[in-house]
Amino acid sequence: MRWPRLRRTPQDRSLRRQFVTPEGVDLRLDLAGAGERATAFLIDALIMLAILVALTISIALTIDSAGESSSSALAIIWLLGFFLLRNGWFVLFELSGRGATPGKRLLGLRVVARDGSRLTGGAVLVRNAMREVELFLPLSFLAIDASESRLDALIYILAFSWVALFLFFPLFNRDRLRVGDLLAGTWVVHAVRGALADDLVGIMTVRQRRTFPKAALELYGIYELQTLEDVLRKGSDEAVVTVAASIRTKAGLPDDGDDFGFLSDYYAALCARLERDAVLGRRRENKFAAASSA
Amino acid sequence: MSGALVNATRFRAAHQEAWARLEAIVTRIEKRSVRALDEDDLLALPVLYRTTLSSLSVARETSLDRALQTYLEQLCTRAYFQIYGAPGNAWRQIAQFFASGWPRAVASLWRETLVAALLGVLGTVLGYWLVRHDPSWFFSIIPAELAEGRDPSASAQSLREVLYGGHDSDPLATFATYLFTHNAQVALFAFALGFAFAAPTALLLVYNGLTLGALLAIYAQKGLTFALAGWLIIHGSTELFAITLAGAAGFRIGLAVAFPGRQGRLESAVTAGRIGGTAMAGVVLMLVVAGLLEGVGRQTIQVDWQRYAVGCTVFTAWLVYYYLPRGRHALA
Repeated sequence: MRWPRLRRTPQDRSLRRQFVTPEGVDLRLDLAGAGERATAFLIDALIMLAILVALTISIALTIDSAGESSSSALAIIWLLGFFLLRNGWFVLFELSGRGATPGKRLLGLRVVARDGSRLTGGAVLVRNAMREVELFLPLSFLAIDASESRLDALIYILAFSWVALFLFFPLFNRDRLRVGDLLAGTWVVHAVRGALADDLVGIMTVRQRRTFPKAALELYGIYELQTLEDVLRKGSDEAVVTVAASIRTKAGLPDDGDDFGFLSDYYAALCARLERDAVLGRRRENKFAAASSA
Repeated sequence: MSGALVNATRFRAAHQEAWARLEAIVTRIEKRSVRALDEDDLLALPVLYRTTLSSLSVARETSLDRALQTYLEQLCTRAYFQIYGAPGNAWRQIAQFFASGWPRAVASLWRETLVAALLGVLGTVLGYWLVRHDPSWFFSIIPAELAEGRDPSASAQSLREVLYGGHDSDPLATFATYLFTHNAQVALFAFALGFAFAAPTALLLVYNGLTLGALLAIYAQKGLTFALAGWLIIHGSTELFAITLAGAAGFRIGLAVAFPGRQGRLESAVTAGRIGGTAMAGVVLMLVVAGLLEGVGRQTIQVDWQRYAVGCTVFTAWLVYYYLPRGRHALA
């Protein structure tokens, strides 16, 4: 007998989530993976560090040139600048229209409320206040030199595994939620700005399309069709040659030397056929499903 | 049109214009703001959004062109978050925060606030009693660099100097800024620790009380209690209140995660998190006030009764702001 909880379909592990709008359409959001989240954070951290270094250097230079008289004002600027950078960077950027810090924006991510409602100031603040225990606490533990400190090695290890729990929290749940996300009711999703790719079928005026026998069009289903679409849109020349050769062999068609043209025409014919069948209620998901007999 | 082989071609031709316009509008909102739109675009936005959303439904049912589906999915998602998910007008949000969000969040934490205050008082009494009983405890409670010579062996004279001396070497504003940033960071930390089932937050509150009690004890030995209390109360009424509230917000989160009650654990965490977050924004503002009172107010006001007056007035003002029942009009 198998343990019931261990049985998982691939669907469970994917980062695609159902998200139904008030109009009743499922937008199918793609959640950001742990690696992307970490990368976005590293980019932000590097930018923040660069700003901090620039601020410190420019203040030091100003004190050098202006003398001690201005030092207290500059000290205030530095203290406030550091505080704002540490606590305000994430909050202010995530409250802006894009809902993303520069790092997240670079990776095409944004923060949204899990229930699809507005992102409130309170939620964004909690999300980022939790960084104190998720990140700065583990970091300060690392900064303690274990051999120098008065702590027992055992206590040190226990304490560190306790704080590591917060750090690696996103890896322990399906939605890749940080502790901050969990409390703020937010998650991080992909929000890419993509252009509409050209129509592969289009209206052909230059030349006549190839025609295919019925048997050749009954080989594949929708899954294979969309894989073929990927090959045509961004596949390498090598892939086009391989795919064209394997389709020709299966369908028993002669090689006419124009692989790309052959594949485009085959795609158009197969798409038209599968589409017609689908509209008539005989949707064929993949090549293993039974072909329609019509 | 009749020459089109598949649905996607006909569909693209019929609706592409609407999609392109929606995309242009959404891009402009993302880059600038809703205010960058003219009237026509603003009126068209919801209509275009619904058109595109229904295009997505139709495309999923009738078309096998995956590029088209992906494009429509991405466009609808972007439009959705600009229409439903974007934070509202910043000024209105800020006004709402001051008018009701902040005081309501704090008021709703009253039970946790009482517990946090009790823990603080407990720590203070304990610290006082320990140091009065055996002065050597002082050194275990307060680290030497924080004590600045204020230890049980210090003379009454030197202790008095700290209370009325002021930080001449440190310009007041810098000192205030330092105090604010330091305290705010500690308060945020105490709040965040609440997630670990509130235990670390409780320890932090007790420890905070211990240091206060220890300090009180050494001043009491020299008969300077009244003066020290004045020195503390002018900013402490605000600062300690803020730290208590930060602890209370942390408790709320820890308890919501540990004992979710009727709600689901995740739901209960979100409810608590949002209340806590609003309260914490208020706590940071309170600490700005406390920093100003400590850094500037305390150094310029040197008379005991004036210090008491300022401290008590500010404290009463906070209580009125948070806990005075609000009329119906405040809901708006």
